[in-house]
Amino acid sequence: MSSENSVGVVASQRVQFAEPLLLKSGAELPGFELVFETYGTLNSEHSNAVLVCHALSGSHHVAGHYADDPENVGWWDNLVGPGKPLDTRKFFVVGVNNLGGCYGSTGPLSINPESGRRYGADFPMVTVEDWVAAQARLADHLGIATWAAVVGGSLGGMQALAWSLQLPERIRHALVIASAPKLSAQNIAFNEVARQAIVSDPDFHGGNYAENGVVPTRGLRLARMVGHITYLSDSQMGEKFGRQLRHGEHKFSYDVDFEVESYLRYQGDKFAKFFDANTYLMMTKALDYFDPAYDYDGNLAAALARARASFLVASFSTDWRFSPARSREIVFALLHNRLHVAYAQIECDAGHDSFLLDDPHYHAVLRAYLENIAV
Amino acid sequence: MTEHERRVKAEQRERFDFAVIASWIPPGERVLDLGCGDGRLLRYLSETRDVAGYGVEIDDDSVLGCIRNGVDVIQMDIECGLSGFEDKSFDHVIISQALQTMHATEGILNEMLRVADEAVVSFPNFAYRTNRAAIAEGHMPVSEDLPYDWFDTPNVRFFTVADFEDLCTRLGIEIRERLTFDEAGREVTEDPNLNGSLAFYRLGRGS
Repeated sequence: MSSENSVGVVASQRVQFAEPLLLKSGAELPGFELVFETYGTLNSEHSNAVLVCHALSGSHHVAGHYADDPENVGWWDNLVGPGKPLDTRKFFVVGVNNLGGCYGSTGPLSINPESGRRYGADFPMVTVEDWVAAQARLADHLGIATWAAVVGGSLGGMQALAWSLQLPERIRHALVIASAPKLSAQNIAFNEVARQAIVSDPDFHGGNYAENGVVPTRGLRLARMVGHITYLSDSQMGEKFGRQLRHGEHKFSYDVDFEVESYLRYQGDKFAKFFDANTYLMMTKALDYFDPAYDYDGNLAAALARARASFLVASFSTDWRFSPARSREIVFALLHNRLHVAYAQIECDAGHDSFLLDDPHYHAVLRAYLENIAV
Repeated sequence: MTEHERRVKAEQRERFDFAVIASWIPPGERVLDLGCGDGRLLRYLSETRDVAGYGVEIDDDSVLGCIRNGVDVIQMDIECGLSGFEDKSFDHVIISQALQTMHATEGILNEMLRVADEAVVSFPNFAYRTNRAAIAEGHMPVSEDLPYDWFDTPNVRFFTVADFEDLCTRLGIEIRERLTFDEAGREVTEDPNLNGSLAFYRLGRGS
């Protein structure tokens, strides 16, 4: 990725919403803050705004880098920038850290105004629909009545889909990438293993670890290791690590023998250093609960009848976490409702994580679709 | 023929094919195009017939072409059937000069008449006069409508007007209309299995 196509130095912004937010669970947040970043310029008609929704561990920092932290490049920098598929010369792009996140928006690490202490375990459960409601407040704040597009991969794709159902008149295009209309039992099972890893860590303290001055690092680390396996494809892991040995021979010990063990430990350690355990628990629950067809006797086509947007749905051949078949469920439910949809099934070896990479065909598909969006 | 002439000719021919198909599609219909390429037929039908169309395509570059052309497309392998598409969810389903490139001929025809009221099929007739002559001289035919050498052809099923009609009978498919044309694009009335280079069919299930 060339620096000349980068949005360059960016700065986060923060906005406070004083109005209480009634959550899907029935709980209420008295008010909340969101951190966000924007790239490009909102045009005079306010018709070129694109919301980028993050997945489980993402943030509002989508593109560019910080002046005081040049190594901290946005998580979708390969996609967003001048001349890139999501072209900031055309679009005004908004990235936001979701409610309950741990990158600065109100979440479990924030101070609960009622108690004067960190929310910790008391932070209410938020759902994909709650995120959409919070993002809508940000749209209001930015003067965006209608998004030209809402874009997301994985859990981010679920938000794009939710936008099209919850506020159909406020979104013209939804780009739903490597996503699913709901989790499978296997998906939920993996999430539950991750959660159990965290809650069974002795440092978890029922979620109030911050009050105790500790972090459930071991649980977070395990949770990330399990998650990471599901983000990669078997073939890619085989190609990357195979059965390569760290020390060139079998050590007959429980230390790192195989390179893949070293890789997973590294990924787990890295993640556990910065991510909040309560946020992780909540994000996985938001994934589990997402099911627009739930109120329609499981009939996704009926659930999608409200949608008015045009869709791009994309999946990846080796993604077994949200397989192409899951994307096709969305596609055929859209078709049932006679909505505009283009569906691309992209050959890519990198499993679920493919959506973050810059496979040339994948990016060509996104570019072609985005170029046709009128602003 | 220069490359330019060849291209102009191919474009003229394509427009001719499109016009024949369009003549069978009433305005405002819901249309599914199987093996839709870069979506140019659907685009033509949406411009001339105001249809609401979806394409199905397996090839990456073609899918990308559809997206560039603003055509709704679903990337999937028709050889595996049309599961996901609901019964009678389209007015017309089209397969334009692509049936001969697929193995699951029977399955595709049955699936087409499951998802749509009527099917439009076009294909090159292998029993066309000049094709027969080529075989008689000991060579696989290369012609206007079969423009590939035998070692480089996307076609995997080689059939004639007579063969196709036999298969329709066997599958209980009703032939509602047939149009055949010679290489010059003239409509053929006499002995279409001999004089027709390209055949178009309107197919349905007996009511």
